[in-house]
Amino acid sequence: MERILFGDNQFFGVNHMSEERARAQAMKFQKLEAIIEVLDAAYGEGIRAFMCTTHERIAEVCEHVRAHPERYTGFVFYPCMPYAHKYANAVTEQGLLGALKSFLPEQGALGAVLQGGMSVARKDADALARMLIDAEMKMFHGLQTPVVFMQNVLTDLLLGAGMVDSFRVFADHVAARYGAEPGFITMNVPMLLDALQRCGVDNPIVCANINKIGFRMCGGKEVYEKTIAERRFRPVAMSVFASGAIGAREAIEYVCRQDKIEAVVFGASSRGNIRATRMLIEEFWPPRARTDAAAAAS
Amino acid sequence: MIRAALIGLGKMGLSHLSIVNAHPDVELAAVCDTSDYVLDVVSKYAGLKTFNDYRRMLSTETFDAVFVATPSRFHAEIVKLALDADLHVFCEKPFCLDAAESLRLAEIAEREQLVNQVGYHYRFVGVFHELKQLIDRKVLGRLHHIRVEAYGPVVLRPKGGTWRTKKNEGGGCLWDYACHGIDLANYLVGAPRSVGGAVTNRLFSQDVEDEVYASFYYDGGLTGQVAANWSDESYRKMSVKISVWGENGKAVADRQEMQIYIRDNKGLPFEQGWNTRYTTDLTAPVWYYLRGEEYSAQIDAFVQAIKASRTDTRSTFRSAAETSMVVSAIARGASGDRVAVDPGRIEVYRPEPRQGLWQAIRQFGSAGSR
Repeated sequence: MERILFGDNQFFGVNHMSEERARAQAMKFQKLEAIIEVLDAAYGEGIRAFMCTTHERIAEVCEHVRAHPERYTGFVFYPCMPYAHKYANAVTEQGLLGALKSFLPEQGALGAVLQGGMSVARKDADALARMLIDAEMKMFHGLQTPVVFMQNVLTDLLLGAGMVDSFRVFADHVAARYGAEPGFITMNVPMLLDALQRCGVDNPIVCANINKIGFRMCGGKEVYEKTIAERRFRPVAMSVFASGAIGAREAIEYVCRQDKIEAVVFGASSRGNIRATRMLIEEFWPPRARTDAAAAAS
Repeated sequence: MIRAALIGLGKMGLSHLSIVNAHPDVELAAVCDTSDYVLDVVSKYAGLKTFNDYRRMLSTETFDAVFVATPSRFHAEIVKLALDADLHVFCEKPFCLDAAESLRLAEIAEREQLVNQVGYHYRFVGVFHELKQLIDRKVLGRLHHIRVEAYGPVVLRPKGGTWRTKKNEGGGCLWDYACHGIDLANYLVGAPRSVGGAVTNRLFSQDVEDEVYASFYYDGGLTGQVAANWSDESYRKMSVKISVWGENGKAVADRQEMQIYIRDNKGLPFEQGWNTRYTTDLTAPVWYYLRGEEYSAQIDAFVQAIKASRTDTRSTFRSAAETSMVVSAIARGASGDRVAVDPGRIEVYRPEPRQGLWQAIRQFGSAGSR
């Protein structure tokens, strides 16, 4: 897994601190060129992994990278699925079944099953899940996706509901069909690790908020620190700045001091900020963990 | 351990399923829905006991509490049955579509000392709760205006056919969207005495309104406005914003942050002029996070109230009934008279209170048992 992952919240008006800032970002990145410019800046800084939601606009980014393979040697995508608002809004508008239908190919066995009013669960809910994963993965065809993440709202929904076997279904399918390692984004790390252990997903990649103020770290900062130090999993830190509540230096130092963290994901809107963050990570990360990005950039 | 049942497995029901099931003090003993395929999935993958008839579920199993997340038109009947069975009840918003029915149920719950809560989760958003403290402590001085806005991308095309698009089932922007803002305004400053200038417009929907505007008139000269539009594609998700103006300053709050302008900071823990407070400082941690701390916090508040035998939750049946009354007043007002503007002689129009909301609340209150 790459050590520094570039995130995409800033491109879609996601900002956990300020709706004004979120809107300003949505305006700034309205055109694909603006997104590409920042991605190119990240690439120029040696960052090789783009961790992105399956937002419809990511399809345009994928198209661009496919069209210019020479400019993106070694560039990989870490898709995070599903983009939840797409589904939530569709369920509100069309109901659960209507929404499912709208996201799946019209032809095929599933349409017949749904239209016949037969029980999806008895027939094969696993098959339905696999079809939804494939639908989300379509935009990445021809690109490298070495890690595929389940988005936190889905991970945590299934986790809370106790539907833990679905994690196994996800893990098996992304491995078998896409040759990818499964990853899980969550706000509830200790609880998720128990569940993944129960369903036999060993040494999982788990991406979660890990930050110095304990923001959205369910169970608390101390529990997280202990979990990271002692349990068998591969932590990826996100929201390390807690949406700007922590100074950059302090934030990166906190994360890098925890040896077992394997990667950091962050978003930024300018080359200056990308570089500053990359340099901080390189400064604080222990030598053995020093990122490949440094080598690639020099 | 609190033995609980959940009725309704739609969008909110699934969210509650997850949060309730993850609560260490609750045993989710059964769930109920009319859709067999949803029940099959829940039974097979979550291992939960399922029913497709809530009457049968409530008569064959014993519970301490029930969570109701069905389409709104079923709320009254189910909540009544649950209260009659002596259960604590958490009901999804907007509670009952009939304000009088809402008040009757509030009175039953209060009389029987049953914990009663409605899922107006914005009351549990850290920033809005902080704004409430600020208003109660008179930091902004005497308030003279409150504005609440709710926008989001729900109905963006002239199609779709769930209960949310049906007028008689609690669909529409007024009952589904504006009610959040109205409830939040009620939480912050109390219910208005009357409603005026109500406007409801259709943009895409056939049967219901897609945007709502209205003015509120409160005791003591405070006025307010609500603006809600669920067909605003420029928003990524539902966004609620509150602005309040007082004699000592103003505050503007959304889910993420609050900006406060203070004229005179004597004795106050604020700077003169602008102050900003962020959600990261104002949000209490939750034991389990699904989609915003407020969704977990409201469930935990309900559970803790049951454990402590306290019925004064932050969002009671009674407060939800008041919200339903304001919603009803807007619906009635929107079809009321308008004042023509004569181009020859435009005069200043002073609105008279039209809907006797407070009177209605008093009336319903005195009609009850107490």
